[in-house]
Amino acid sequence: MGFTDADWVAIGLTLRLAFTVTVLLLVIGTPIAWWLARTNSWLRGPVAAVVALPLVLPPTVLGFYFLLAMGPQGWLGQLTQMMGLGGLAFTFWGLVIASMVYSLPFVVQPLQNAMMSLGDRPLEVAATLGAGPCDRFFSVVLPMSRPGFVTAAVLGFAHTVGEFGLVLMIGGNIPGETRLVSVQIYDHVEALEYTQAHWLSAAMVVFSFSVLLVLYRYQGKSSPFKVGHGV
Amino acid sequence: MSDNSSVLGRPSISARFAFAHDTGESTDFSLDVNLQLPASGVTAVYGHSGSGKTTLLRCIAGLQRNIHPQTKTGYTAHLAINNTIWQDEKTFLPTHKRALGYVFQESGLFAHLTIANNIDYGIRRAAKKPTDADYNHILALMGIQSLMKQFPAQLSGGERQRVAIARSLLIRPRLLLMDEPLSSLDITRKEDILPYLESLKSELNVPIIYVTHSMDEVARLADHLVVMEKGRVAAQGPLREVLSRLDLPVLSAEAGVVVEATVLERDDRWHLLRAEIEGGTLWLNDNAEAIGQVVRLRILAKDISLSKSANEATSILNRIPVRVTAVTPDLDDAMSLVQLAAGDTLMLARLTRRSVDQLALASGDTLWAQIKSVAIVR
Repeated sequence: MGFTDADWVAIGLTLRLAFTVTVLLLVIGTPIAWWLARTNSWLRGPVAAVVALPLVLPPTVLGFYFLLAMGPQGWLGQLTQMMGLGGLAFTFWGLVIASMVYSLPFVVQPLQNAMMSLGDRPLEVAATLGAGPCDRFFSVVLPMSRPGFVTAAVLGFAHTVGEFGLVLMIGGNIPGETRLVSVQIYDHVEALEYTQAHWLSAAMVVFSFSVLLVLYRYQGKSSPFKVGHGV
Repeated sequence: MSDNSSVLGRPSISARFAFAHDTGESTDFSLDVNLQLPASGVTAVYGHSGSGKTTLLRCIAGLQRNIHPQTKTGYTAHLAINNTIWQDEKTFLPTHKRALGYVFQESGLFAHLTIANNIDYGIRRAAKKPTDADYNHILALMGIQSLMKQFPAQLSGGERQRVAIARSLLIRPRLLLMDEPLSSLDITRKEDILPYLESLKSELNVPIIYVTHSMDEVARLADHLVVMEKGRVAAQGPLREVLSRLDLPVLSAEAGVVVEATVLERDDRWHLLRAEIEGGTLWLNDNAEAIGQVVRLRILAKDISLSKSANEATSILNRIPVRVTAVTPDLDDAMSLVQLAAGDTLMLARLTRRSVDQLALASGDTLWAQIKSVAIVR
């Protein structure tokens, strides 16, 4: 294998970050998606726009604001220091928070689409069978939105693995803390270590392709209950 | 008003809903109903599409709560089932707390659950669990025992609908609401499922409100009939009474009555049955009904003609003496509807206005009704 020890550290860190971000985003994104899918509030438009912002903003813009917020004078930095957690800038958990915002639309939107496509009927059926609102959410909405959860998890994970600009802005380049694969590749190229850069880059291509292939095959087959005449 | 929920001391269902959606658009809709329904048997709610019958059912189920857009208060609503208030000015019991079963137009089975789990979904949340005997009885009644391990997508439309009916029955509802449960099925499937509905009616003691736009289903299943038109109740009452009324243009296209008859004798040679109705006897096609069995007959207005004499020389088998009780113009300018009484049985005949004039028909006239065809609907 052509990976150096530093490469392996970067790979491990990247996977750890992507996994953490994906899990947290599924937890936070689910209620947001459900609210967006159901509400008639005037806030729906503004909230949907904010959620989608990372799709269009350059990562440097997000990174710049996070850098300010997480710095010693920033509100987020002040908050974490007050709580005795120290600063967030140039730390793993700073990266986690920024990545969650950056990948939010990739998780919320598939969930929201899946939930909207359910329509009212399954919920009405559940209500007539004695299920209260909370019960309906867990017994009907979550299981029936399963394809949306798979898509959301895969996209959220893959998108976090692929970030670069944001990491450079707020994470810097600390081995084992913030030096992700994308940054490691950048360093190899800077140092003219093209062989190393090749190995890591090729690994990223293979990884991304595999993930998307699995995802689209899953969507193509869909789940057994999306076809035919279900609810 | 509070006493209205029990008519003559019998348990009953009283439903009063009034609201209007004044959006200034062409989709304006208003509902204004006040119903007193028996808490037993099948009440059919009949009307054309857009007459508000599904909206009424959704209001009864609590799936739709109408809030005035300006005042933010509820519209008039009062719903009581055997003296239990489900909804009034102060109360709104949410759907999941109303002891009802609801069968939707499409089955509404949960696609991610097997048939057994679909059925368990309701039972697990029900206040009163069915006994094992009830459970097996209802599965057998609906003929779905062999389907339990399958998923909804593997079933035919009729099978899915039977599962949905079983699922709603097994939560032991005090009221079963059915919203055109056959309308998504083709004719063969309808014929498959109707006997199940009939046995449901005869074997279980749960009142059913059955929304439909099919007169065939009304004639077969209903004991009580509510006719809806543009969000209003055009008529409500026992089936025979409402069907024999002349003032319901909404029924005009399929005008006719339903009567009960007792099979008296069998004529093997001609493959016929003789059956007695109040006010006469009729010959029917022999479909292997037993002597003494009570059958339900549907006699359409278009199948009755009138004659002043007994007129023996005719191909029409059924001739019974009748008295004219009313004559009204029909929707079609050329036609009239005539209400006839044979004993206590009321019937309708559709005649041309010209014939009415030639026979000089008037209330009180006695003559002979020739009935071209009588269908046993049950």
